[in-house]
Amino acid sequence: MTVRKSTAWLLLLVLPAGFAGIWRLQRKVNVERDAMYQEQDEVLVRSPKLMKLVTLEYATLAADIYWTRAVQYYGNKHLGEEMNLESLWPLLDVATTLDPNLLPAYRFGATFLSQPQPRGAGRPDLAVQLLERGLNANPTYWRLNQDLGNVYYLELKDYGKAGQTYLEGSKKPGAAPWMKVMAARFLEKGDSRETATMLWSELLDSSTDDAIKETARINLELLRADEDVDQINALAQRFIAKTGRPPTSIGEMAQAGLIGGEPLDPTGHPYVIGLDGKARVSSKSPLFKEKSVYRRPL
Amino acid sequence: MTAAIETQNLTKQYPHGFLHLKRKTSLENLTMQVEDGEVFGFLGPNGAGKSTTIKLLMGIIFPTAGSAQILGKPVSDVSMHQDIGYLPEQPYFYDYLTAAEVLDYFARFHGFRAAERKERVQKMLRKVGLETAGKIQLRKFSKGMLQRVGLAQAIVHDPKLLILDEPMSGLDPVGRREVRDIILELKNAGKTILFSTHILSDAETLCDRVGVIAGGQLRGVGAPGSIVGVKSLGMEIIFELTGSGAQIEKVRAKATKFGANYRMSVSEAELYAALEELRGASATIISVTQIKPTLEDFFMELVGKDRAQAAAVEVSGQ
Amino acid sequence: MSRVLIVARNTFREAVRDRVLYNLVFFALLMIASAVIVGQVSMDIETIVMVSLGLSAISLIGLLIAVFTGVGLVSKEIDKRTLHAVLARPLRRWEFLLGKFTGLVLTLTVNTAAMAAGLFLAMWSVKHSLVRGDAVALVAVYFILLKLMLVVALAMMFSCFTSPLLAILFTGGLYVAGLFVAQLRSLQLTQMSAHTQKFFSILSYLLPNFENYDVMGAAAHGRAISRSLVLHNTLYTALYCAIVLSVAAVIFSRKDLK
Repeated sequence: MTVRKSTAWLLLLVLPAGFAGIWRLQRKVNVERDAMYQEQDEVLVRSPKLMKLVTLEYATLAADIYWTRAVQYYGNKHLGEEMNLESLWPLLDVATTLDPNLLPAYRFGATFLSQPQPRGAGRPDLAVQLLERGLNANPTYWRLNQDLGNVYYLELKDYGKAGQTYLEGSKKPGAAPWMKVMAARFLEKGDSRETATMLWSELLDSSTDDAIKETARINLELLRADEDVDQINALAQRFIAKTGRPPTSIGEMAQAGLIGGEPLDPTGHPYVIGLDGKARVSSKSPLFKEKSVYRRPL
Repeated sequence: MTAAIETQNLTKQYPHGFLHLKRKTSLENLTMQVEDGEVFGFLGPNGAGKSTTIKLLMGIIFPTAGSAQILGKPVSDVSMHQDIGYLPEQPYFYDYLTAAEVLDYFARFHGFRAAERKERVQKMLRKVGLETAGKIQLRKFSKGMLQRVGLAQAIVHDPKLLILDEPMSGLDPVGRREVRDIILELKNAGKTILFSTHILSDAETLCDRVGVIAGGQLRGVGAPGSIVGVKSLGMEIIFELTGSGAQIEKVRAKATKFGANYRMSVSEAELYAALEELRGASATIISVTQIKPTLEDFFMELVGKDRAQAAAVEVSGQ
Repeated sequence: MSRVLIVARNTFREAVRDRVLYNLVFFALLMIASAVIVGQVSMDIETIVMVSLGLSAISLIGLLIAVFTGVGLVSKEIDKRTLHAVLARPLRRWEFLLGKFTGLVLTLTVNTAAMAAGLFLAMWSVKHSLVRGDAVALVAVYFILLKLMLVVALAMMFSCFTSPLLAILFTGGLYVAGLFVAQLRSLQLTQMSAHTQKFFSILSYLLPNFENYDVMGAAAHGRAISRSLVLHNTLYTALYCAIVLSVAAVIFSRKDLK
C-alpha cells in the first residue's frame, strides 16, 4: 500500500511542477517563434507547378491562404508605404495556378502589378499574363476584360487591344452597357484623359476591394491635377504673350489678372510654377511623388 | 527459519459482469508456506487458482488483499528476483531472437560479464537439449522447444528458488522425463522448487509436499501420501487360472479378467480366506498388492464437490 | 540505469529485425524522384523545394513509426506475454518502460539521421554545392526528432491503459490537435464568457504544442534559427516527456497483466 501512496504523491508533485515548467517554456518559445517569423517572406514555395503537386486536393484551400496573406500584406495600410512588390507576382501566380477561379486575385493583380512604382510593381506585362490566364479559366466574367482593357489603355498605351478586349467583354452575360461605349471611345479617340477618368471612376464605383478603390481615387486626383495644370499652363502662355516672359509664381499670374485666387489641387495644396515657367503640383502635396501616366509631354 | 515462500490470506478478486459491478474471486485467503530446499507441488484443476497464485508471487498481478513474501522479502520488492527463476505457463519469447540471444538477454539482467554469460548460455542450452538449436530464431521453435527455452531461462542464473508454472506442458514423454531429471538434479543441489501441474503422477514422484487448490481455495497441504490418508481400500490379487471344474468356475465368477489372467479385490480381513479359495482352485498367484487411494481419487472427489457447490453458487447469484 | 539500457538495446534490435528501417528505402526513392522533378523546375528554388519535401517526408515517416511502433512497445508485449519472463528479472516496471522508450528513440534517431543524410545528398546532387544556410535544415530535422520523442511518450502512455487501436487514435488525434493548439489561445466564439476563454487559454498552454517544432519555412529559405529556441524546445520536450512517462509508469506499475 505504501508503494501506491508514494506514487500518488509523486504525481501530485510531478504534474503541477511539470506543467508549470511547460507553461514557462511555451511562453519563451512563443516569443522566439514570433521574432523568427517577423520578416517572413510570405511565399514558401514559388513554383506554382510544384505547389500544385504538393498540395493536391487542398489546392483551393492553399490558394485561399496565399490570397489572404497577399491581401493582409498589401492591403490598404501598406499602400503608400514601402511595399515588397517583388513577392506580389509569385504570390498571385501561385494563388491563381492553384485556384484559377480566384477572381479577386486577378483583379488585384491587374491593378497593382501594372501600376508604376511606387504604387504598383510596374509590370504591366505580368498583369496581362495574369489576366489572360484569368480569362481562360473564367470566360464569362466580363470584369476581367475591363481590367485587361485598362492595363492596355492606361499603362501599355495599346488602344487597339484595349478596345478589342472591352468589346469582347461587352458581349458577355451581365456586362455593363458602357463597356461597348468605352470600346468605341478607345478605338476612335485613342489616348484621352476623359476616357481615363471614366475608367477610373467606374472602378471606384464598382470595386469592393478597398485597395483598388484607393488607387482609383488617387488616379482620379492625378487626372484632375493634370487637367488643372494644363489649364494653368494655358493661362501661363497668355502671360508670356502679355509680358514676354514666363511667370515665376501663381501670385504673379493672379496679379496679372489671369487667375482668380489660388487654385488648389484635389488634395488641397496650391499649385506652383516651376523654374521652367511651367505649372506643377506642389512638392508638399502627396500627389507630387505619384507618377501620372497622363501627363502630356511638355 | 523463514520459509522460502510465505503467503498470508492472499486474495485476488476481479471485477466481473456488466459495468464491473460484480466481483469474481479467483483466489481466496491463501495461507501457506514453502520451506527452504523442498519441492512443493501445486495441484488443481484448470482455473483453480494455481496460475493466479504464481502470478501474484511473481508480481505479474497484484493482490486484492493479503500479502506474500519470497526469501523474506515482500513480493513487491523486485530485487529479490535476482535469486528466483520463473517459468511462465505457455512461455513465449521474442520470436525475432535466437535461443542463445534470448538467454543472453535475460542473463544480462543478473549482472554476469560477457565471458561468463556466454559460458552459462551454452551450458543451459546443453542442459535442456537445445545445443544444436542455439542459433535458430525462436519463431521457428515448436512448443516443446519453447518450453525448454523457458526452463533454461529460469535457471540460467543459478537461482536459489524456482517457480515453475506447468513445466511439463507441451512435452513428449522423453521431454517430460528430462525435465523431471532436471528438477531432481536441482533438488539435490538444494534448490527450493514450487511448481504447478495437473499431472498427478509427476506430483507424486517429485514432490516433498503437495498443496491442492480448487475453486480458489487451498484444500489440503501435505506429503502426497498423507493427503489421501493411509486408509487402505483393500487388497488386489492377480492370478492365473487354468482348467475347469466347479471350484474353478466359482472363483472365475468372483474375479474379473485382467489380460490373460484374473483379478480379484477383497478386503484385508478376507485376504487369507480368498487365498485359500484360490489354492483350492489350483490358481497360480502372480501378485498381491495393497490398494491405496491415489491423488486422482482425492482430486476427482474434490472437483465433484466443487462443481456441485459452484452450481449452487451460480443460482444464488452471489 | 544499466538495466534500462539492456532493455533499450534489445528494443533497438527488435526494431531492426522487424524491418522498420526498410522505410529508408522508400525515403531514398522519394528523394531521387524529387531530385529529378526539381531538376526540371527553375533555378534558385531547388533548396526550397527539396528541403520542404524532404522535411515533410522525414516528419511523416517518423510519425508513422513513432505512433504505430510506440503503441506496440507495451501492448505487443502484454498481448504476446513476452513480458512475463522479462518482469521475472530484477527489473522494475518503470525501468522496463524507460528502456523501451529509449530503444525506440534510438531507432528513430538513427532513422532520422539516415534520412537527413539522404536529403543532403540529394540536395548536393541537384545543386552541386551546399551553402551555410542549408545547415538550418539540420536544426529542422533535430526539431522533428524532438517531436517524435514526445509522440512516442504519448503513444506509450495511452497504450498502458487502452487498447492498441484506441491508443493509436488518441495519439494521432492529440498530435493533430497539438498543431492547432496555438489557435485556442485566440479563440473568440460569440457569447463566450471570460472564464471559458481563460480556460481555453490555459488549455492551449497545457496541451502539447506541436507547432513549436515547425520551422520548415525558415529551413527552406536558409534563415537562421535562434539558439535559445533550440534550447527551449529541447527543454520543453524533455520536460513534457518526463511528465508523460511518469504518468505511464504509475499506470503501468499497478496494472494487472494477463
